[in-house]
Amino acid sequence: MSKKVLVLGETREGALRNVSFEAIAAAKKVSGGGEVVAVLLGETVSEFGSELVAYGADRVITVEHPHLKSYTSDGYSQAFMAVVDQEQPQAIVFGHTAVGKDLSPKIASKLQTGLISDVTDIEGEGADAVFIRPIYSGKAFEKVKLKDDGVVFITVRPNNIAPLEREERSGDVSSLSVDITNLRTIIKNVVRKSAEGVDLSEAKVIIAGGRGVKSKEGFDSLNELANLLGGAVGASRGACDADYCDYSLQIGQTGKVVTPDLYIAAGISGAIQHMAGMSNSKVIVAINKDPEANIFKVADYGIVGDLFDVIPLLTEEFKKVM
Amino acid sequence: MNIYVLVKRTFDTEEKLVVSGGQIQEDGAEFIINPYDEYAIEEAITVRDAHGGEVTVVTIGDEEAEKQLRTALAMGADKAVLINTEDDVEELDQFTSAYILAEYLKDKEADLILAGNVAIDGGSGQVGPRVADLLGINYVTTITSLEIDGDTVKIIRDIEGDAEELETSLPLLVTAQQGLNEPRYPSLPGIMKAKKKPLEELELDDLDIDEEDVEAKTQTLEVYLPPKKQAGRILEGEIPSQVSELVSLLRSEAKVI
Repeated sequence: MSKKVLVLGETREGALRNVSFEAIAAAKKVSGGGEVVAVLLGETVSEFGSELVAYGADRVITVEHPHLKSYTSDGYSQAFMAVVDQEQPQAIVFGHTAVGKDLSPKIASKLQTGLISDVTDIEGEGADAVFIRPIYSGKAFEKVKLKDDGVVFITVRPNNIAPLEREERSGDVSSLSVDITNLRTIIKNVVRKSAEGVDLSEAKVIIAGGRGVKSKEGFDSLNELANLLGGAVGASRGACDADYCDYSLQIGQTGKVVTPDLYIAAGISGAIQHMAGMSNSKVIVAINKDPEANIFKVADYGIVGDLFDVIPLLTEEFKKVM
Repeated sequence: MNIYVLVKRTFDTEEKLVVSGGQIQEDGAEFIINPYDEYAIEEAITVRDAHGGEVTVVTIGDEEAEKQLRTALAMGADKAVLINTEDDVEELDQFTSAYILAEYLKDKEADLILAGNVAIDGGSGQVGPRVADLLGINYVTTITSLEIDGDTVKIIRDIEGDAEELETSLPLLVTAQQGLNEPRYPSLPGIMKAKKKPLEELELDDLDIDEEDVEAKTQTLEVYLPPKKQAGRILEGEIPSQVSELVSLLRSEAKVI
């Protein structure tokens, strides 16, 4: 049986997030040939509609309201539920992002349905779809499906489900007018702490530093390499505890879980808690002075050496070939 | 102030996971309070010490979870409640847990409910917001700072590394992110006192919940370990030649650059 699927599109710094295209690809699978309808919420978002169509949405519905300028669970849930009421979807897909994580349980609660969070892969299609998600911080996986015939609701982890090929297509972009009232949360300010541009959870390349980086300044060379490769800088708990960098960069069991294409661990010994956050990266490179360091056990390629020698050389070498 | 903390007993993920018959083997493993819930407990105690009131820690589970509740009491919580579902519920999911907790909380007139933002075992992060929605109260997730002044609450929350500053009011449910505080270790006098603090045990009957109402919406078909990675390649030779070999391997063999 085919399903009509709603997908929440998200923007960041004035552009659609990659995870939204990935969510559309996931929705296509879940739909089993049914209609995929993307939803955009914000103050002015209709300009992004056609791009969602190019990545596979059949149709786009926008809800624009000044109260949707910043995300609040009250504002977004009122807007999204209005779309649900109009469209009566059989499935919903969000990105497993700050917004997706915060909003999806509220919507699932209102719909009295199950919610399968943080999905990294989908087996089968339509009614037979089974969802794969990491548990125990990525040390194991589970296959989950919905038990009843309620709305299938999933959030997809960024960087795991490949988006569809972009192609010029046409699809209707319509707006729905919703009265957004009674917001119980007022957003005052957002202080930027993360590195500009590339978000750790969506980064294709991550250069992560540990205690071996030795100082705040030690991270400069990691930043330079990350900038060159269009990636982001991360850190182990050890580096954060030692105040070499902000906790917002921490990767691990407490901290962020990442799955980039390339993870370069510099001066990281490889504590279990750290590995829980990065061991599912596609390719792992370890650079460490200690040949016995645990990190080499999960690495695809290892260089035994001082990161302060290796990283600058690596940057020079990449500059030559890129 | 009437404060509740939702806690979960979790598998210590420093433990080696053993899977057999499609399930995680729990025999002999260490269990802990979910680390994010520890931040919630610590914050609850701090808020109570500043504003007065009482902290009640609540969990769903079996008798084994008493140990984690006693630890929370030893940290400084006043009361503990174990909702024992061992005999009634075969499979719990986030829908089930939230429903049970909301039924317990609905007549408690909680001013503030705290929880961890995610449990390190299941990792879904749903139960807190679901409970708030069922109770009809506001919620804020992944908070790193909490300031209460009368009914006004000032919060800083982590949104993918950035810090969002917001204002809201009580009653409220918040979920704790790392960085909110540094959870205390139970002191010896705390541990002694905890033994005498009230720990109430409830079953679904006590909450007037029918088993059908809490039937899980999702079903886990299988649990498995990720395929073992083949041992990686430690490069050899002088560092500069290792570096150029690495770059060419990343481009031609791994094809990630």
